[in-house]
Amino acid sequence: MFDLLSQPVGLTHYLIVGAVMFVAGAVCMATKRNALGVLMGIELVLNGANLNFVAFGSNFLERNPAYQLGLDGQIISLFVIVLAAAEAAVALAIVLNFYNNHSTVDVDRADELKG
Amino acid sequence: MESILSNLLLLAWLLPLASFCVILFFGPRLGTAGRGAAFVATGAIVSGFALSLTALILWVGAHGISGAHHADSADTHAADKALSPDSQVAVDPAAATVHLVAADHGDAHSDSHGGDHGHGRVGPKVAYFGDWYTLVDFDRLKITIGYYIDALTILMFTMVTLIASCIHFYAMGYMHDELHDVTDHEVTLSNGEHLKRPGRYCRFFQYLSLFCFSMLGIVIAGNIAMTFVFWELVGICSYFLIGFYIERKSASTAANKAFIVNRVGDFGMIIGLMALWGSLGTFSFGGEKNAAGDIVKSGMFTQARAEADHYALKTPEAMVESARQMGAEDPEHTGHVLLIVAGLGIFCGCVGKSAQFPLHVWLPDAMEGPTPVSALVHSATMVAAGVFLVGRFYPMFTPEVLLTIAIIGCITLFMAATIAITATDIKRVLAYSTLSQLGYMMFALGVGGWVAGMLHLITHAFFKSLLFMCSGSVIHAVHTNEMTQMGGLRRKMPITAYTMLVGCLAIIGAGVPTLVGLSGYYSKDAILAQALHFGKNNAAWDVMFYVAAAGAAITAFYMFRLWFMTFIGQPRDPSRYDHAHESPRVMWMPLVVLAFFAIFVATPADIENFTDPTASPMVQLLEQARPDGTGIDFSGQLAAVMMPAEHGSHDEEIHWAAGMIAFGTAMFGLLLACCLYWWRILDPEEVRSMFAPIHRFLRNKWWFDELYDAIFIRPTLFCGRCIAQFDRGAIDWLIDHLAIWMRSFTTGFDRWIDHLFVDGLINWVAQRTYALGIWLRKPQTGRLRQYVVFIVVGTMAMYLLATFGLTN
Repeated sequence: MFDLLSQPVGLTHYLIVGAVMFVAGAVCMATKRNALGVLMGIELVLNGANLNFVAFGSNFLERNPAYQLGLDGQIISLFVIVLAAAEAAVALAIVLNFYNNHSTVDVDRADELKG
Repeated sequence: MESILSNLLLLAWLLPLASFCVILFFGPRLGTAGRGAAFVATGAIVSGFALSLTALILWVGAHGISGAHHADSADTHAADKALSPDSQVAVDPAAATVHLVAADHGDAHSDSHGGDHGHGRVGPKVAYFGDWYTLVDFDRLKITIGYYIDALTILMFTMVTLIASCIHFYAMGYMHDELHDVTDHEVTLSNGEHLKRPGRYCRFFQYLSLFCFSMLGIVIAGNIAMTFVFWELVGICSYFLIGFYIERKSASTAANKAFIVNRVGDFGMIIGLMALWGSLGTFSFGGEKNAAGDIVKSGMFTQARAEADHYALKTPEAMVESARQMGAEDPEHTGHVLLIVAGLGIFCGCVGKSAQFPLHVWLPDAMEGPTPVSALVHSATMVAAGVFLVGRFYPMFTPEVLLTIAIIGCITLFMAATIAITATDIKRVLAYSTLSQLGYMMFALGVGGWVAGMLHLITHAFFKSLLFMCSGSVIHAVHTNEMTQMGGLRRKMPITAYTMLVGCLAIIGAGVPTLVGLSGYYSKDAILAQALHFGKNNAAWDVMFYVAAAGAAITAFYMFRLWFMTFIGQPRDPSRYDHAHESPRVMWMPLVVLAFFAIFVATPADIENFTDPTASPMVQLLEQARPDGTGIDFSGQLAAVMMPAEHGSHDEEIHWAAGMIAFGTAMFGLLLACCLYWWRILDPEEVRSMFAPIHRFLRNKWWFDELYDAIFIRPTLFCGRCIAQFDRGAIDWLIDHLAIWMRSFTTGFDRWIDHLFVDGLINWVAQRTYALGIWLRKPQTGRLRQYVVFIVVGTMAMYLLATFGLTN
């Protein structure tokens, strides 16, 4: 585990950073009551995943072609960014509306969709 | 010869059927208002007559006209020389033994007269038989459409088609009213108006055609089952035709009565058929042939009168055998009883069809039909079918059965004659006269006079159809049946009057004794002679001769009463008299034709033996058809009765006595009628009041209708009502309650099943689904953060599962 600190930056490091971002994002989503905080958590999760795609798509980090995503990885991460932007736009609009109706952005108060 | 004859008669037989079908399908479209239907029907029957006549000529050409026919070349000379009926010389015994083989000796081989006189026939009679078509062929039961052609068949064919042709022409005139809409003045509707209906011209000729087909079917039938089929067909035609004016209550009742009474007779006939078929195993008269024409199964007649026994009647072996199988103690005796039962059964059918006592009640009522129908169906042909069947079935009748036939015939002839005295409806007089004459025929057959009975059947057909058509002509002119409203019509309608006079003279048997006479003279003399002959041999039954002779006197009386009341004296109803007129030519021409035949049909053609009644070609032809072995004396086993051979009655002494008695009685009746209704020496009213009880008795037709009403109809209705009551009270009640109980039970049961199983299943599924929904609802909290945790945990779980659970 600690060997990583002594090695040059490689795929594993990226994956670890991605995982940390992902977990941080997920925890952020699960714990933040503020809707904006949740959205930020979402961004973190998406970017953590993006980081993995980019890392797998890089020629420098992964030499074995069998594990390479190549250009696909880059493109998927671009798609994810676009999607995240679109999603953020929609989500922010929802949040804004929610705020207009309920004067709050607390997600715990938004439980009208319960079964 | 056989194929030509059978094909000719087949064609003559089927033509009326074709006509029936054509009229049935295209009737109203034939000519204006269906006028063409009459031409189709008449054309068919006239062609039938032409074919029958051709057949008759061919027959005479092949077999001669002599009663001693020339069946095969072996005995031709013997028959010519020794047995010519005209010569009364004795047969040379030597010639007989030389030329005749033993089997051919048959009829002549009798103790009393047989071989000594020239009458009778040598050898078996000529009869062609075979099958056209097999209806069903189970192993034992074979029913075919076949033919049995002898001289009688051909004579009957010619007679039926000739009379039917005349009547078809006559009906064209008589039924003229039916061409357009008819107002029936005898039917009053509930609103007080008379019934108006479309004419039924087509339908009338359609029924006539069907009737002719059925009647000819009986005549040509080659087996008794086929006879029975056509027997029923003429029955239904008779029903249709009696009920032609169906809207009249009297007509529909009469039609029903005729049909039901006939069923009673047919019931007996079916028993006879069962007895015959059950024991003999065949229905065929002559025998069943295979494709090659060989007889594979001997017919009924052959079984009863085997060639080896010289055609003497013997209980058939098959009957004895079936009696043995039934476990009879004395099979011979039981077999004989079986033969008697068969004979009586067949006769029972004939009693119904020929309206003999005690089933005579339908025939007078049958006069509700149109007059041409009365002339054709209810006097000349259909009612004679019973007599014809007795004649055809003659070889199977034991003396006991014949005695029964004679007694029934004797009762009928006397009873009907007495009723005819008081009847005032012109057609009813003729109906009772028909009954009486049918009684004569049966009587003649019953006392052993086969030729006499058959001859009377043929002569009677001519003069009775003539009489009926004359009466129809009168009715057509004065529009009433009641003789009390007629009188003096001779001046208005001379042709009808004088042709009817011919008919009356023929029916009373007018003639110069021992010399010459009208057709009835020959047949009635033959009957009385045979009756006298029978009486001489059976002293216990000689009373029947006197009854028959008395019947002859009564016949003469009522026939001339009818003629005088209708045509002589002053008109009783001037308005009807004024409107009367001679019938159109299409109606009187057939009268003239029939009058000609009524005079000459039985006249001897042989100039040398002109006074010998047996020299008549008709008698000779009938003699050819005489059933084998019936020309000899034979005695009953169970009853003390002896059937004398018919040619015994030609004995000079007997014939002279019978002729004189017949002449005397007829003259007595005629003179009595003259005294009462012409010269007015006696006043009929006075006579009537003098014999008031008898008059009432006769006027009410011996109270037969009332008697049957009391004996059969009322008890039947009473039983019916009782049973109906029981039906309603007990059976219906039970059924109703059973139904109610059952209904409530099934309702409850049904509900239970429905609730428990059908509804239960559906509800259970619904409830489970609902519960599942409620349970699945629980995780749906609506809390976003919780969902995220679920997602994470779920992802983790899937990851762990994929890592540890699914990989090996």
